[in-house]
Amino acid sequence: MTDSKYFTTTKKGEIFELKAELNSDKKEKKKEAVKKVIASMTVGKDVSALFPDVVNCMQTDNLELKKLVYLYLMNYAKSQPDMAIMAVNTFVKDCEDPNPLIRALAVRTMGCIRVDKITEYLCEPLRKCLKDEDPYVRKTAAVCVAKLHDINAQLVEDQGFLDTLKDLISDSNPMVVANAVAALSEIAESHPNSNLLDLNPQSINKLLTALNECTEWGQIFILDCLANYTPRDDRESQSICERVTPRLSHANSAVVLSAVKVLMKFMEMLPKDLDYYGTLLKKLAPPLVTLLSAEPELQYVALRNINLIVQKRPEILKHEMKVFFVKYNDPIYVKLEKLDIMIRLASQANIAQVLAELKEYATEVDVDFVRKAVRAIGRCAIKVEQSAERCVSTLLDLIQTKVNYVVQEAIVVIKDIFRKYPNKYESVIATLCENLDSLDEPEARAAMIWIVGEYAERIDNADELLESFLEGFHDESTQVQLQLLTAIVKLFLKKPTETQELVQQVLSLATQDSDNPDLRDRGYIYWRLLSTDPVAAKEVVLAEKPLISEETDLIEPTLLEELICHIGTLASVYHKPPSAFVEGSRGVMHKRLPLGGDIGGSPAMGAGFGAAPAVMPASLNAPVGGGLGDLFDLGGGVGMPMGAYIPPKTVWLPAMKAKGLEISGTFARRAGVIQMELVLTNKAMSVMTDFAIQFNRNSFGLAPAGPLQVLTPLGPNQTIEVSLPLSTVGPVMKMDPLNNLQVAVKNNIDVFYFSCQYPISMLFVEDGKMERQVFLATWKDIPNDNESQFQIQDCHLNSDAASNKLQGSNIFTIAKRTVEGQDMLYMAIKLSNGIWVLAELKMQAGNPNYTVSLGTRRDGEQHY
Amino acid sequence: MIHSLFLINPSGDIFLEKHWKSVVSRSVCDYFLEAKEKALEPEDVPPVIHTPRHYLISIYRDKLFFLSVIQTEVPPLFVIEFLHRVAEMIQDYFGECSETVVKDNMVMVYELLEEMLDNGFPLATESNVLKEMIRPPTILRSVVNTLTGTSNIGDTLPTGQLSTIPWRRAGVKYTNNEAYFDVVEEIDAILDQSGTTVFAEIQGVVGACVKLSGMPDLTLSFMNPRLLDDVSFHPCVRYKRWESERVLSFIPPDGNFTLMTYHVNAQNLVAIPVYVKQSISFFESGSGGRLDVTVGPKQTMGKTVEGVMVTVHLPKTILSVNLTATQGSYTYDNGTKLLVWDIGKLNPQKLPNLRGSLSLQAGAPKPEENPSLNIDLKIQQLAISGLKVNRLDMFGEKYKPFKGVKYITKAGKFQVRT
Repeated sequence: MTDSKYFTTTKKGEIFELKAELNSDKKEKKKEAVKKVIASMTVGKDVSALFPDVVNCMQTDNLELKKLVYLYLMNYAKSQPDMAIMAVNTFVKDCEDPNPLIRALAVRTMGCIRVDKITEYLCEPLRKCLKDEDPYVRKTAAVCVAKLHDINAQLVEDQGFLDTLKDLISDSNPMVVANAVAALSEIAESHPNSNLLDLNPQSINKLLTALNECTEWGQIFILDCLANYTPRDDRESQSICERVTPRLSHANSAVVLSAVKVLMKFMEMLPKDLDYYGTLLKKLAPPLVTLLSAEPELQYVALRNINLIVQKRPEILKHEMKVFFVKYNDPIYVKLEKLDIMIRLASQANIAQVLAELKEYATEVDVDFVRKAVRAIGRCAIKVEQSAERCVSTLLDLIQTKVNYVVQEAIVVIKDIFRKYPNKYESVIATLCENLDSLDEPEARAAMIWIVGEYAERIDNADELLESFLEGFHDESTQVQLQLLTAIVKLFLKKPTETQELVQQVLSLATQDSDNPDLRDRGYIYWRLLSTDPVAAKEVVLAEKPLISEETDLIEPTLLEELICHIGTLASVYHKPPSAFVEGSRGVMHKRLPLGGDIGGSPAMGAGFGAAPAVMPASLNAPVGGGLGDLFDLGGGVGMPMGAYIPPKTVWLPAMKAKGLEISGTFARRAGVIQMELVLTNKAMSVMTDFAIQFNRNSFGLAPAGPLQVLTPLGPNQTIEVSLPLSTVGPVMKMDPLNNLQVAVKNNIDVFYFSCQYPISMLFVEDGKMERQVFLATWKDIPNDNESQFQIQDCHLNSDAASNKLQGSNIFTIAKRTVEGQDMLYMAIKLSNGIWVLAELKMQAGNPNYTVSLGTRRDGEQHY
Repeated sequence: MIHSLFLINPSGDIFLEKHWKSVVSRSVCDYFLEAKEKALEPEDVPPVIHTPRHYLISIYRDKLFFLSVIQTEVPPLFVIEFLHRVAEMIQDYFGECSETVVKDNMVMVYELLEEMLDNGFPLATESNVLKEMIRPPTILRSVVNTLTGTSNIGDTLPTGQLSTIPWRRAGVKYTNNEAYFDVVEEIDAILDQSGTTVFAEIQGVVGACVKLSGMPDLTLSFMNPRLLDDVSFHPCVRYKRWESERVLSFIPPDGNFTLMTYHVNAQNLVAIPVYVKQSISFFESGSGGRLDVTVGPKQTMGKTVEGVMVTVHLPKTILSVNLTATQGSYTYDNGTKLLVWDIGKLNPQKLPNLRGSLSLQAGAPKPEENPSLNIDLKIQQLAISGLKVNRLDMFGEKYKPFKGVKYITKAGKFQVRT
């Protein structure tokens, strides 16, 4: 007798029949009926109509029947919340049962009934179970807290369950510890800043002890939790590594990978000359290799992670090239990943082997894989200079096979090789030209056209070749059209006499007959260049091209660092930071590698994150007030040069968001000119050029007064400081906050946007002195609601010093009076847009807190 | 953590669903089915799929897809490992893992899944713990149950659940105490056209069948443990003893389990037991070609190579084959283009050969790809790496157990390029 019998009664009265059986007096019959109900449920049939009948079977001594009813309850309680209440009593009773299995079962099931009303009743039994004498019950209760938190987070916090859960980390039973860690980690995920898992050396020690004794799954939770800890020094780091290393020999691959994560992270803190560092590096390789002999799905995840590891620490696997050789019956997703890692590991030492393999793959059946293998040969050539010649000859061999897609891929990569090693392999052009007719993919056609244009002087019939492409100009893709236009212009500049007609033809095709704005614009630019100044045209079109970077396919270093901290997670499979794709993870904390004692490995990571400019309130007063506070803050040294206050530089654009370009900066007013002082740092692997800057319209009409003066290309890891003069005559638009400035910076890679806030004090102009009389009149004129007051705290300056200091920032003292021991300073400020702001500063001797009253005459100005 | 599980057969029907949190509509599987449509073979479906609201992590095993739904950041290996455990559990309980078996035991599978995960956290995945809670079906038991009305569900707390040795229950008793170990080695290798080894490594498994009473503490030592490049142990093995003395010291689980896996990838240590001489060529004219394959023994350490089988993936444009085998028999499936030559035992005096002509579909050009050969073989009583068990000692119990070790070498992914 098998369960398939439960599916045979699909006739009309099925539900009715079941109802009768559920209400039968015979235990056996009842159980069979519940089984039938469960069976229907598992295949997705709706049996919710039987809810009251099934719940009636709950009060029973038969554990199997009880479990079955619980299974049903968990599935349908949500749809029948009122009915589910009926079950509460039984749960509460079961939580007191002498049998720990029943207590645990009750608390476990109750947590799975996602009905708000039930959760209230759950609190008391749960509290008891969290302190139960039986560890099996405690460990079940720990998970139940996570369940409850998912349903009603507030309730869990109010009831203090989180603290109880934290206490369980010190439980004597390792399984309880593991489950508490798992539950806390899950809860912490929805509260990124809650600091639930507050790790300190003591709790780390407890976790490490539990690590040795708990189940494989518990080990994963504990290791993942350990990875969030930042050791105090290299000795602590080493001792944790030593205790985690044995996990590398675990049979469960998830345990192994989580251990690798902890080691990769903590290794960062070890001094490189330490013997242990070398030992650890050696220990990492074998388990990673072993992961590759597991099931293909495990291999895939392992390979995605190894891809990160070889980028971070290529030394670990540099001798293990062969394990990445592709096997005939590997699934395609494994093949592609292996190929990628082979290229990353390719070096002068093993390039011969790699090339032989790649050539073998190029004759495989799977087209995608073959294409990628051909591309890989090109990447080898660019990566390992000594191998370029061999790569080119391998590619030529492949072109001889005349297999269409192989030829096309080969031409695309040969173009890159030409760019990397100009004037070296042009002898092969003839062979390439033979295959012109077989190219039908845009990328390959564009590559071929580029080659013809670039080397037009060496190809006798270059004009004929390009002309042949021109015939079907409008049917080509944009990529090919643009390339063709450029190539013909190049040809014309090289051989002006024979090709005049051709160039005119292509220019008119591009400018008159095309709807594509890019193509038209490029056409017009060429046209004007050629007609006005052919010499300049030559300089532009035939300019020396920057070398293509061999590492363009590497993950950007700051992202890589973050991903290393996420080894073994989905983020590591997608090679994206978790904030980019995990739903509901608003404000996920960026993890970063610890900074090692003697390692400058992660430059400015700290500065890059989280240093978002403080959010300023929206009214004018607050920024001014804040600015005033800052002006005083500068105080202290009497001998300080008189000058406007300059806030410290903050990071405006982290490298993560701008493909490696990091911008930090500040604003200053020097000699009556507002200046934006920028520090540009290139954290990418390639050279950055062609910088330009633009502002969005803003409250005070700030605009760059000149171009961004970055003349030399910015090499990797180079930093440049630029000062950009600003004018205040640009278009005006009210911003929120008022002093917000949206900036766009462009370079050869992309355009990036960021916004920053400038201190209002920068806008105070030099001619802000006001006649006493005018001041008095104006002060009186100011309507009350245009006035506001606030306090500046903790300033230890006397009124004269303050007055001097403020004058440096163009805040002028107009009058001073002393009333009842208080100094009153009356001051005027003129903003760049001509608005006057008047201020009264009350200072009490001995009291470091000043009161400022601000007023302005112009209506609505404060609310601008 | 793991939200839901769906079992899907190769034609795309969902035949079981289990949710550990709120119910996720089965329409989420559509993303997976779409990916499955795109893949050429079921094996090629990517194991991690991103949908707008969930992640789908799947494995393909025993011709079934095990698909899990994830909503938050979870280590994917954790999920994949768990899915394999589910498959192993079904295999363990019902003898095989197939759609029929699952459908026949729907309720029990469902109960087991409920025991394995709680709120997506693994609860009990050790086979012996599960078996104490839900007893596997046997004919005798079902008869007894019907007569007495008792059930398959245990009502005591499984003893292994919380002890520091969760893999073993207390109070095990046997009349015959025995411990058997199988050392199984698989050779993964790629040989090139000329027969040179491009890549070779050995994947070894020490499997155990231990039926000993009480709480035996075993120590297994090898003659040459330094051969092993990397080892992974069952949680029962004491890592410290291995680190310091290179012996396996452990309290074994009851019954069948994998004690350790290892691999040997030092190239020079990997002996290749057979050689293959082959030539597969196609005429320039494109009308057909010839095939000639000979297999012979190489480094076999004096043992006989058995169960030899050669599988050739022929190009798609092949129409038919006309071959003669001097030993064994061959089959050719025109649908999958698979040529399988079952040789059997290798006789060093008379080498088996398969030769003949291949004909192409009319008008088809000379095939572009090179076919590749996969070799299967088996050698009894030999671990090709040379690994040997030295001795097995038992402490903690007084009786004398029967002991035994068996060695076997097989071909894993053994591929010859042409």
